[in-house]
Amino acid sequence: MPDKMHVKLTVNGEAQEFLAEPRELLIYALRERLNLTGPHVGCDTSHCGACTVIVDGKTVKSCTLFVAQANGAEITTIEGLGSPDDLSPLQRAFREHHGLQCGFCTPGMITRATKLLEENPTPTEEEVRFGMAGNLCRCTGYQNIVKSILAAAAEINAAKEAAE
Amino acid sequence: MKDDVESREDRTAGLKGLGCARRRVEDLRFTQGKGNYVDDIKLPGMLHGDFVRSPYAHARIKSIDASAALALDGVVAVLTAEDLAPLGLHWMPTLAGDKQMVLADGKVLFQGQEVAFVVARDRYVAADAVELVEVEYEDLPVITDPFESLKSDVVLREDLEPGADGAHGPRKHHNHIFTWEVGDKETTEQVLEEAEVVAEEMVYYHRTHPCPLETCGAVASMDKVNGKLTIYGTFQAPHAVRTVVSLLSGIEEHNIRVISPDIGGGFGNKVGVYPGYVCSVVASIVTGKPVKWVEDRMENLMSTAFARDYWMQGKIAATREGKITGLWCHTTADHGGFDACADPTKFPAGFMNICTGSYDIPVAYLAVDGVYTNKAPGGVSYRCSFRVTEAIYFIERMIEVLAIKLNVDAAELRRINFIRKDQFPYQSALGWEYDSGDYHTAWDKALAAVDYKGLREEQAQRVEDFKAGKTRKLMGVGLTFFTEIVGAGPVKNCDILGLGMFDSCEIRIHPTGSAIARLGTISQGQGHATTFAQILASEIGLPADSITIEEGDTDTAPYGLGTYGSRSTPVAGAATAMAGRKIRAKAQMIAAYLLEVHDDDVEFDIDRFVVKGAPERFKTMKEIAFAAYNQAIPGIEPGLEAVSYYDPPNMTYPFGAYVCVMDIDVDTGVPEIRRFYALDDCGTRINPMIIEGQVHGGLTEALAVALGQEIAYDDLGNVKTGTLMDFFLPTAWETPNYETDHTVTPSPHHPIGAKGVGESPHVGGVPCFSNAVNDAFRAFGLTHTQMPHDHWRIWKTANRLGLHG
Ligand code: FES
Ligand code: FES
Repeated sequence: MPDKMHVKLTVNGEAQEFLAEPRELLIYALRERLNLTGPHVGCDTSHCGACTVIVDGKTVKSCTLFVAQANGAEITTIEGLGSPDDLSPLQRAFREHHGLQCGFCTPGMITRATKLLEENPTPTEEEVRFGMAGNLCRCTGYQNIVKSILAAAAEINAAKEAAE
Repeated sequence: MKDDVESREDRTAGLKGLGCARRRVEDLRFTQGKGNYVDDIKLPGMLHGDFVRSPYAHARIKSIDASAALALDGVVAVLTAEDLAPLGLHWMPTLAGDKQMVLADGKVLFQGQEVAFVVARDRYVAADAVELVEVEYEDLPVITDPFESLKSDVVLREDLEPGADGAHGPRKHHNHIFTWEVGDKETTEQVLEEAEVVAEEMVYYHRTHPCPLETCGAVASMDKVNGKLTIYGTFQAPHAVRTVVSLLSGIEEHNIRVISPDIGGGFGNKVGVYPGYVCSVVASIVTGKPVKWVEDRMENLMSTAFARDYWMQGKIAATREGKITGLWCHTTADHGGFDACADPTKFPAGFMNICTGSYDIPVAYLAVDGVYTNKAPGGVSYRCSFRVTEAIYFIERMIEVLAIKLNVDAAELRRINFIRKDQFPYQSALGWEYDSGDYHTAWDKALAAVDYKGLREEQAQRVEDFKAGKTRKLMGVGLTFFTEIVGAGPVKNCDILGLGMFDSCEIRIHPTGSAIARLGTISQGQGHATTFAQILASEIGLPADSITIEEGDTDTAPYGLGTYGSRSTPVAGAATAMAGRKIRAKAQMIAAYLLEVHDDDVEFDIDRFVVKGAPERFKTMKEIAFAAYNQAIPGIEPGLEAVSYYDPPNMTYPFGAYVCVMDIDVDTGVPEIRRFYALDDCGTRINPMIIEGQVHGGLTEALAVALGQEIAYDDLGNVKTGTLMDFFLPTAWETPNYETDHTVTPSPHHPIGAKGVGESPHVGGVPCFSNAVNDAFRAFGLTHTQMPHDHWRIWKTANRLGLHG
C-alpha cells in the first residue's frame, strides 16, 4: 500500500487535517471521516450527481475526485448551505414547490443549483434544465425541481433588488 | 374561547386535512442533508461486506480459494456456501415459492451471482480482498432466450427434482417453472374462430430495472450479550423481513428488530430479500460486530430485482363495427435463474389477469408460462401493482393493433368498448370485480382538453407535408386509457409467504391534544408522514401539524406488509381512518360525559363534539384529549389510544386517460415530446400537491422505460447495461413538462374513498409513450414495433418502412 498522504481541507468553514490513502475518494472522506452524510452515492461513475459538493467555487462530483486531489481546497457541502434557523432560498423553495420526494438526490440538486444561480442569477427554464442535467432524480420527474429553482432565483433577485 | 369566533371554514383549513396541499414535513431534514439512509448508519466497530460475483452467466464452480484474501490485513472473514450450509442458509426461499442460492452452491446461474462474501475493516480493504479470492469456473452453455430454454437439453436448475411439481403445479420441462391459466379457454378460442375480425400481435415488454437512486443495503448488528439482532435495511416491507429472518435463522421474532430508515426510492427494487441482507446478518453473527453491506450501482442493475421480461402473444376478436368479443393472451415469462418474483402467493403472474383493461370484454383467456434462463432473478413490480404494467401495456397495444386492422380511430374504438358507469361493480371475464369507474367522462374530458380532433387533422397534414418533402418529422398521437388494480389486498386471496396482506395503524393521543400514529407501511419518498397525518386530522379533528407519523421500526410499529403495489393508501390509509374512528368513538363518550348529555346527543363537527341542536355547547378534541387523562370517567378507561388492522374487502381500481403528442425525426430517430396530458382518477384526493408529484415522477419513469431503458444481455449472458452510462435514466433535459388533470370517482368500499396513485402514471405512461411512437408510423404501414424505442430502434423502424428514401 503506498504511503498515506497528508490532506488539509476547509470544509463548511472548518479546518480539517488527516492522513489518507491516495485512493480515498472525496465522497468517502466527507461521508465516513467527517460524518457529512448529506452528499450521497448513487452511482460512483459520475452520472447521477447525488455526491455533488462545491470545491473551490466549482460544483464537483465528489465520487470522481480523490481527497488528495482536493488538498488545500475550500469545500462546501449541503450541510454548509443553510442552517435549521436560516434555510437557504433554495432549501425553502424545494420544500415549497415539492421539488423532492425520497430526498436522496436533493443535497446534490440543491448544491448544484446553488452554484447554477451564482453563475446565472436569471436563468430561463431551458437553462435550468440544461444546467441541472448532471443531476439525476428518479422520483420527481424534474418539473417541480425546475419550478423550485426558478422560484428561488426570483426570490434571491427580489431580495437583492430590495437591498439596493 | 377563541375557537368560538372561528368560522367552520377556518377550523377545517386549520386542520390541514384531506384535500389540503400540505407542504411535506419530511422535507426539512432532506433539504438540509440530514436524512438518515442506510449507508449513513455508522455503528461502533462496524465492518464492511462485499461480494465476489460470477463473471459467467452459467458455470460450475470447481474451487474457491480464499487464502490470499484472508491473509490481507484487515480482512476478518470470507464466507462461501460451504460456511452457510451448516446453518441451512446457503439457500433461501423466494417470495414466489422457489428457492435461491444465497452464495453459489456448486454452480452459478447468472452473471453477477453472489459467490463469496468478504468481511473487512473498511470498504476499500473489502474490495481489495474480493479481488484476491480465487474462483475456478467451468463454463456451461448459456441460455438467455426463454423460448430456447423450453427446448434446450441443458438443465439450468439441477437442484430441482426432475418431473416433480413446482410451487404452482406441474412443470412441463426441466427449465419450466409454472403454467398459470385464467378464464375460459374453450369459449375464447371458439369466439376467435367465429369472429368477424381478429387482430394478432406478439407484444414484448422488455426487461428493465427499477433503479432507485439509492441502491440496496443493510447494516446487521448482532448483540450477543442480549441476544438481540438489529437490522437496518432498504426494506419496503420491514415486518415481513423480520418474520423471514426469524424463520430462516431460528432467532425468535421478539429478539429481532428490523428498521427501515429513510429510503432513497424503492419502486419495487426493495421488496425482495437479497443475499446481501442474509450475508450481512450471518457475518454479524459470526464476527460479533455490526456488518454493513451496500451494493454499488452495477451490482444493483445486475443482481437485485429486474422487472418485466414478458413475451405476450395476443389475439383480440371483434365485430366489423369494432365491438370486442373476446381476448386471448399467452405469455412467456422470463424469470431468470431463480423464480424470485414478488407477487402474492396465489398469483404467480401477479395481477396479469387485469389484461382486459378498461373494456367490457365478454370472454377472455390468459395463460402464463414461467421459464428459467441464465439471467438475474427478480420480476418485481417496478412502480406497479404486480404485473399490472405488463397487462395494461398489452391491452393498450392490442387496442391500437385492432384499430389498425379495422381502420378506425383508436380513441373511438376505446370509447365504444369501455365498461359503462352503470356496469359497476363490474365483473371482469378474468375474475376481478372492478369497484367503481366513470371512463366515458374521463375520456371525453381528456380528448377535449387536448383538442383531439385538431391533433388528428394536424397529423394528417404532417403526413402530407412529409410525403411532399416539406418536413422530415412525423407526428404521433399516443393514447392510453388504463385501469389499475391496487391495494393488495384482501386476506382471503392475498398473502405473501403466508402473511395476509392487511395493514395497520396505531394511534396515541397525548394529553395536550397532539398525537403519534404508527403504521405497518414505509415511505420511500411518497410522503406518508405528511399524508397520513392529513387523513387522521380529518378523522379526529386534531391539526395534521400536531400529529407525528412513524413507520419502519418493527419494535414500535404495528405489523403490516409494507409499501409497494400502491397499497399504502388503500390499505394502511384505510387502517388509519378506521383507527381514527375508534378514537372518535371514545372521544364521543368522553364529550358526552363532560357536557352532561347522552352519548347520542353529541355529534362530531370538524374538530369538536357539539350537543345536537346546541352548537354553542361543545368540547374540542383538544379538551377531550386532556380529559381522557385527567378525569375519572365512570365506565371509561383512562387514555386515548386505538389500533386498527384493516383487511380490505376488495382491491381499488384507479384509472386514467393519457395523451402524448410526439414529433419524431425520421433521420435521427429522436422523439420529441411536445405535449403530455395526464388525467388521473384516484378517488378521494388526500394531498393534490403530492399526487401531482407522483404523476410527474411516474410519467418520467414511464418515459425512461418506453424510450430506452433496458437490461440487455448478449448471447453469453453478459449484462450490456450495467452502469448509468448504458442504462437510460432521463435527465431534466430530456424530460418534458406534464399537464395533470383529474376526475374523482371515490372507491365505494374504502373508508375515505381513496384508491392510490403512485403507480398509475407508470402503468398508463408506458403504453402512452409507446403508442405515440407506433402511431407516428401508422400512416406508413407500421402495426407494431417493440420497446424500448431508443433512437437507434426508431431510426431502424423508419428505415425498414423505406422512409430514408
Ligand atoms: S455518486 Fe457521484 S455522480 Fe453518482
Ligand atoms: S427525490 Fe428521490 S431521487 Fe430525487
